[in-house]
Amino acid sequence: MCVDCGCGKPPGIPEPHETATISLFQNLHQQNQDLAAHNREHFRSSGTLVLNLMSSPGAGKTALLEATLRTLQKNHRCAVLEGDLETELDAQRIRALDIPVVQITTGSTCHLDAQLVHKALHSMNLAEIDILFIENVGNLVCPASFDLGQHLDIVLLSVTEGDDKPAKYPVMFRTADLLVISKLDLLPYVGDFRIDRAENFLRDLASSAPIISLSARSGLGLDEWLAWVHAQKAKSSVDGAMAVENGGTG
Amino acid sequence: MHELSLCRSLLHQTLEVAARHRAVAVTALRLQIGPLSGVEPELLKTAFPLAAAGTIAESAVLNLTATCIEVYCKSCNTRCQATPSRLCCATCGSCSTQLVSGDELMLESVELTLDQPSAIQCP
Repeated sequence: MCVDCGCGKPPGIPEPHETATISLFQNLHQQNQDLAAHNREHFRSSGTLVLNLMSSPGAGKTALLEATLRTLQKNHRCAVLEGDLETELDAQRIRALDIPVVQITTGSTCHLDAQLVHKALHSMNLAEIDILFIENVGNLVCPASFDLGQHLDIVLLSVTEGDDKPAKYPVMFRTADLLVISKLDLLPYVGDFRIDRAENFLRDLASSAPIISLSARSGLGLDEWLAWVHAQKAKSSVDGAMAVENGGTG
Repeated sequence: MHELSLCRSLLHQTLEVAARHRAVAVTALRLQIGPLSGVEPELLKTAFPLAAAGTIAESAVLNLTATCIEVYCKSCNTRCQATPSRLCCATCGSCSTQLVSGDELMLESVELTLDQPSAIQCP
C-alpha cells in the first residue's frame, strides 16, 4: 500500500506515463515581439523616430546614411545603430561625421533582433536623439522576420541588383513603408533595370508604399528623400503630442 | 538562415509549457507555417534537433502544416487565394488587398509525456 497517502496503490510499481496534447496557438516570434514592444516604449517616451534600413549587402545603406546625416544633423539630433556580421567599418564612417553610433556585430547571425537592439540602446542616450537610424545586416531574407521596435521600414534596391527583386523577395518588400531605388547614377550603365518594372513588382505585393529613386553619390533625388524623413519626423512628433494630450485628458 | 534562432524561441516556448505541466518529455510539436512567414519548413526541421539537443524535447517530432495565402479584396469584397509574389485579387485583378492568411508562424500544440506524480491524484 502507498505509504504516502494510503491510496491503495502498491509501492514501487511504476505507472505508465500519461500523455497530453496542449493547445497553444502561440506566435513563434512572441519572445522577440515582446522585446520589440519594450524597445518601442523606450522610443515613445524619448520621442525618438526610429527608421530601419534594410537591403542586400552593398545596396548603399551606409552611403545613403552619410549623405543624409550631413544635411539632417543641421535640424535634428541623429544617431545610428550599425548592424554587421563583422568589423567596425560602417560605424567609423558614421563617426567621422560626428554622429553618435553603436556598432552591433552579430558574428554569424544574419539579422538584427529586438534583443540585440535593446542591448545597444543601453549605450545611447535616447533622450538626446530625435531620429535613430538602424542599419540592419545586409540581407534581403532574414531581417524581414524580426521586429526591432522601429516605426518604419525602408528597403533599398540598387539598380545593379535588378528590378525583379520585389517579386523574388516578397517577405521583405511587401511590408516596406518606403522603397528607395539607390545608385540611380549607375542606371545608364546597367541598361536593363526599369524603375516602372520594379514598381509593378512592388504593387503586385499589394503595397502602396512610396518609391524614391536617388543617388547618394551624385545627390540626385536626395531632396525628396530628406523631405520624406522630415515629414515622418513631423508626423511622429504630432502623433506623440496627441498621445500625451489624450493621456493627460483621459 | 534564421531558422536556428526561431528554433530557440520555439524550444523556449515548448519547455515553458512542459515545465508548467511537469512533463518528462515532449514527443511532438504541431506548427502552422505560411509561405510568407519567411521560414523554410525543411530548414526548421533540420535546425530543431540542434536547438533541442540535451533537453526533454530532443526526440520531439515536428509536424508542420503549410497554410495557403488568402487575401481579401477591398475593391470587389471577395476572398481568394494568391501566390507569394502576386497578392492581388484573382477575381477582379485589383491589388488593393489585405492579407488574410499566409504569414503564420504558429505553435499550434505540443504533445507531452506527463510526470507520474502530477498525473496521479491521490484521493
